[in-house]
Amino acid sequence: MRCNSLVLLVLLCVGLTSVSHADELFMVRSSHAFPETMATLQEVISRHGYTVSRVQRVDIGLTDSGFKTDMYRLVFFARPDELRDLSQRYPQLIPYLPWPITIFAEGEETLLVTANPAELHALAHNDELKHLFRRWSTEFRAILEEVRKGE
Amino acid sequence: MRVVWSLLLTVLALPLAAAPGGGELYAQNCAVCHGADGRGGVGVPLALPSFLPSVSDDYLAATIRHGRPGRVMPAFTQLSNAEIQAIVAHLRSWMPPGSKVVTLSSQAVKGDVVRGKALFAERCAVCHGANGEGGHGTGVTFSRPRDLPIIAPALNNPGFLAAASDQMIKTTLMNGRDGTPMVSFLQQGLSERDIDDVVSYVRSFAAEAGWKPGNDDTPMLEMDSPYTLAETVEAVKRAAVGKNFRIIREQSLENGLFAATQESKTAHIVYFCNFNFINQALALDPRVGLFMPCRITVVEREGQVKMMSINPKYLSRLFNNAELDKPCEEMYQVYMGIMEEASL
Ligand code: HEC
Ligand code: HEC
Repeated sequence: MRCNSLVLLVLLCVGLTSVSHADELFMVRSSHAFPETMATLQEVISRHGYTVSRVQRVDIGLTDSGFKTDMYRLVFFARPDELRDLSQRYPQLIPYLPWPITIFAEGEETLLVTANPAELHALAHNDELKHLFRRWSTEFRAILEEVRKGE
Repeated sequence: MRVVWSLLLTVLALPLAAAPGGGELYAQNCAVCHGADGRGGVGVPLALPSFLPSVSDDYLAATIRHGRPGRVMPAFTQLSNAEIQAIVAHLRSWMPPGSKVVTLSSQAVKGDVVRGKALFAERCAVCHGANGEGGHGTGVTFSRPRDLPIIAPALNNPGFLAAASDQMIKTTLMNGRDGTPMVSFLQQGLSERDIDDVVSYVRSFAAEAGWKPGNDDTPMLEMDSPYTLAETVEAVKRAAVGKNFRIIREQSLENGLFAATQESKTAHIVYFCNFNFINQALALDPRVGLFMPCRITVVEREGQVKMMSINPKYLSRLFNNAELDKPCEEMYQVYMGIMEEASL
């Protein structure tokens, strides 16, 4: 009986953890226009202790090349010391750093998309990285949720 | 023993205590694609007066659970049954006032698949594709202009076929969906028998192997360079230009994070772009911009210079979009080609 309940408990926990990892992209819609949402995003990123390293204006490049597009940008961010440390100890992460969030206009609303780090299993080959990616996953999801709610 | 049970109960109660309502769950999980009010975005509109009353709760719940593999809509495996029911109830709040959900029999439709196939080619393929693979591009807005107001969904999709009963498909063909390009085929001159044949043909798609995400499991591409870091950077730029890319920027990995004098010089990023390619990729799925512009990072570690990039074939799985398989393969070839040439 005791044994059965333990089995049950283990099964339950296994079930719960596998469940929380199901989404591969974090995507949200903000009901605010692009400029306002962009400002909120940068504010929320720094509130979480990250630095925006660069904003890539993909829309400007497209327009200059004669294509029609609405506002479309990428916001790259990192914690400076964390990026430096990781790029030394785990060079295989370099192509993924700093982390990007895509932000683009849809009429009077704005969409934001980023990858869920916890889903990039092949990148996290040891416990330290697994733990790091889970932390990032929680933080990046929270960042997008706060932008969605306009907080 | 008691401890185990109370632990179990606590664990079970946690998600319940924090459970948000259907409206909030919709805003978190669905609004990004279907629009806050279910009217717009990518994919078919949900708040369509001719749609909601014509499908069962089971159809809606199964669609959320299975998603549409390879057609952008993900499978919401992480939501509990209660959460899915809450979302379905929220969708129901958009039903036209006074309308009721049809009750459809669960009886299978028995038609002639061969006749149905011919009718499908004649009447349906123009919108739904020769093999029921659906219209192209992600659709409405997602920032891009498009011609048709609503893209025809994929009918050969395992998610659709698992959710839709024969009678649901039949009803859709009999009545059409007012306000969309999907018209009533009774009014278009098909008989009920013709429609049964088409339904049986659509059902026969279930025997096909569905789309599977790529299985390339290397997250990054890398290649050793026989040159110094500075020489390798120049070689990468030359090779990218040779493949019709424009160099749009180069910087150290730490640029923007440390004062210029403090930046480490042992990792250098080259950004390059082909706006024609970007434009085409964004038209297929604007989310792929996440991995743009193209980038190769040249890194020196312990005296060895390496070139590195993301692996587009590894990342394509994130998007659940079969149409991205080809451009991701092309990008993979581009990255490998540039690195190979730069290391010659
Ligand atoms: C003019 C283009 C067009 C033609 C022709 C057409 N459809 Fe459609 N069909 C659509 C669109 C667009 C939708 C999505 C409607 C909506 O927004 O709900 C749709 C929806 C459907 C659906 C519901 C799918 C879902 O995911 O809910 C079925 C089933 C379907 N069509 C079957 C057919 C069949 C079978 C034929 C041929 C007899 C056909 N259609 C012909 C455009 C078309
Ligand atoms: C990443 C974008 C995306 C997200 C997120 C998404 N969907 Fe979809 N959904 C789509 C697309 C695209 C289709 C149409 C598939 C096709 O064209 O083959 C669709 C189809 C549907 C359909 C079928 C409609 C019909 O006419 O039969 C329903 C129902 C639906 N989605 C509900 C939801 C709900 C509820 C959620 C949130 C739990 C959700 N979707 C989240 C993109 C999305």
